[in-house]
Amino acid sequence: MDHDAIISFQNVSKHFGKVKAVDHVNFDIQRGEFFSLLGPSGCGKTTLLRMVAGFETPSSGEVFLDGEPMSVSPPNRRPVNMVFQNYAIFPHLDVRGNIAFGMRKAGLTRSELDRRIDEVLELIKLPGYGRRGADELSGGQRQRVALARALIKQPKVLLLDEPLGALDKKLREQMQIELRQLQQQIGITFLFVTHDQEEALTLSDRIAVMSEGQVIEIASPSQLYESPGSRFVADFIGSMNFFEGEISSQEGSTVRIQTQTLGDLSAAYPAESSTVGQRVWVAIRPEKLLPVFTEPQSRTNSVAGQMGASAYLGDRSHFYVYLAQRREPVLVALQNLERMKDHLYQPNQSVWLQWALDAVVVLPRD
Amino acid sequence: MNTNRPWWRLDGFYIYAVLYLTFIYLPVLFLPLFSFNDSKYIAFPLKGFTLKWYEAMINNPPMLSALMNSIKIGLVVAILSTIFGLLAAKAVTRYRMPGRGPVVGFIMIPLVIPEIILGISLLILLNLADIPLSLLTVGFAHLLLCVPFSMLVLVSRMEGFDKSMEEAGLDLGENAWMTFWRVTFPIVLPGIIASLLLTFTISFDEFVLAFFLSSIDQTLPVYIWSSLRFPSKLPSTLALGATIFMASFIVVTFAEWVRRGGVRLDSTSGI
Repeated sequence: MDHDAIISFQNVSKHFGKVKAVDHVNFDIQRGEFFSLLGPSGCGKTTLLRMVAGFETPSSGEVFLDGEPMSVSPPNRRPVNMVFQNYAIFPHLDVRGNIAFGMRKAGLTRSELDRRIDEVLELIKLPGYGRRGADELSGGQRQRVALARALIKQPKVLLLDEPLGALDKKLREQMQIELRQLQQQIGITFLFVTHDQEEALTLSDRIAVMSEGQVIEIASPSQLYESPGSRFVADFIGSMNFFEGEISSQEGSTVRIQTQTLGDLSAAYPAESSTVGQRVWVAIRPEKLLPVFTEPQSRTNSVAGQMGASAYLGDRSHFYVYLAQRREPVLVALQNLERMKDHLYQPNQSVWLQWALDAVVVLPRD
Repeated sequence: MNTNRPWWRLDGFYIYAVLYLTFIYLPVLFLPLFSFNDSKYIAFPLKGFTLKWYEAMINNPPMLSALMNSIKIGLVVAILSTIFGLLAAKAVTRYRMPGRGPVVGFIMIPLVIPEIILGISLLILLNLADIPLSLLTVGFAHLLLCVPFSMLVLVSRMEGFDKSMEEAGLDLGENAWMTFWRVTFPIVLPGIIASLLLTFTISFDEFVLAFFLSSIDQTLPVYIWSSLRFPSKLPSTLALGATIFMASFIVVTFAEWVRRGGVRLDSTSGI
């Protein structure tokens, strides 16, 4: 175990009857990190979080918190606090009562407690809201109170269970930024659960992508997006076009790949994991395909197609391009950099897609 | 809402509401009316105003002791059945337990068994067990009857609030016992009050079980029933009825005032 690890999952599994909610999970979370658990619903991310909080006990394995095994500690003895999905603000207490709830045994004097409450109210930008009742708060304010109630306890790790899911889009984006600033300001480790990949990318230092109880990949947001390690991750995070290919030759860390739809192309692929004749996925993000409407001079790293349906999204446009030899269309995303342009293209118009050499991600296929 | 319209607007719904309330409350209003009537007979025309039936009520020790018996049984039954109902409701709504369905069904059975059957079977059982009839046996039967009502009220209250409230209590450093007192109890308090009122009322006016299972000490409904045979006693029973009606009106009004937040909980009471 790493000494800097604040949380360490060691071979943790959790079974509910025959369902393996969490299946042999092993990884560490570093002190001060903003760490996200990302995956579709039912992937085990919430169960993993609840095991840290103490609401679930592992069927096997152990969760270590700051080096201490946690399986013997009940939730009320763990140095972690949670922001619940629906905030769980106590309806019978006002904002100050909610924030003070966990401080009963802190041994503070009345005035010291009042000062601390004022501090966290300041921190969450709700000064003067102390006497509001729980039913007089908006969704965003309830979320802030839930944060304050947990943070005043100065937990070693703050656990957040999809806390932004109930907010509308604008407010959610604003809270994302504030949450990130808050975390950097106070330096507490955040363990954040979400099914929203955009949210995870925006907030996290590192993300663990989970599926069916297992951790598929742990990496930084940009690594996950730009260099995913598997087709599952490439597909789950953002949009991705996949093309079947086969390695035809290799030179150092560059390989030539033969594909039916894109022709021959070169791409970076670590020499140690490649062999000639290996079947691979060639993956290209929609925004890394550049459409041109006149036939390019060079045929390398470009492919001809026909325009399909398109959608205007304001800041960008999405459209489908049909290639010869391929049934399903390729998704292309284009920033709408110029104003007042007709961004909806004619269907069946000829188009050529170009890409840079380093835009291509090569993934194993079997 | 159209605020220009008078509050007494005459539409179909309003007429329906007035008829409904009249139907429900008119018979009850005869109680105070005839309790002040200077005649032994409950019949129109009214004779004249008197307080003598109230005087007779106060000077009727058997009636007052029956009243006290009913109040005592009612209070004990209300408190015990609410405690049992609360524990059962917590178990049913918060824990995964085997045989949950049958257990709940078993607790709820007294709701659907006719009271006369329940009364007779309890009488047979008590005879077999050689337990003498007393107020205690009446109280026990009422407890059996009231627990399912209490549980129904409290289960709906417990289901109505999020389980994560209790988890938040644990998460913020309180053990299960303190979480119950600082989170669960205040949130279900309206349900507890409703359950106390409901079970007290059920016990207070329950006749069939009390009739089968009481001996010399009578509860109020049994006493009233037995005094119906003597017309001279009836008006003082009406006086008692009117008094109880007023008392419960005051209690319910007060309870509603509390529930509406007439008494605000101070935030610091949570610490």
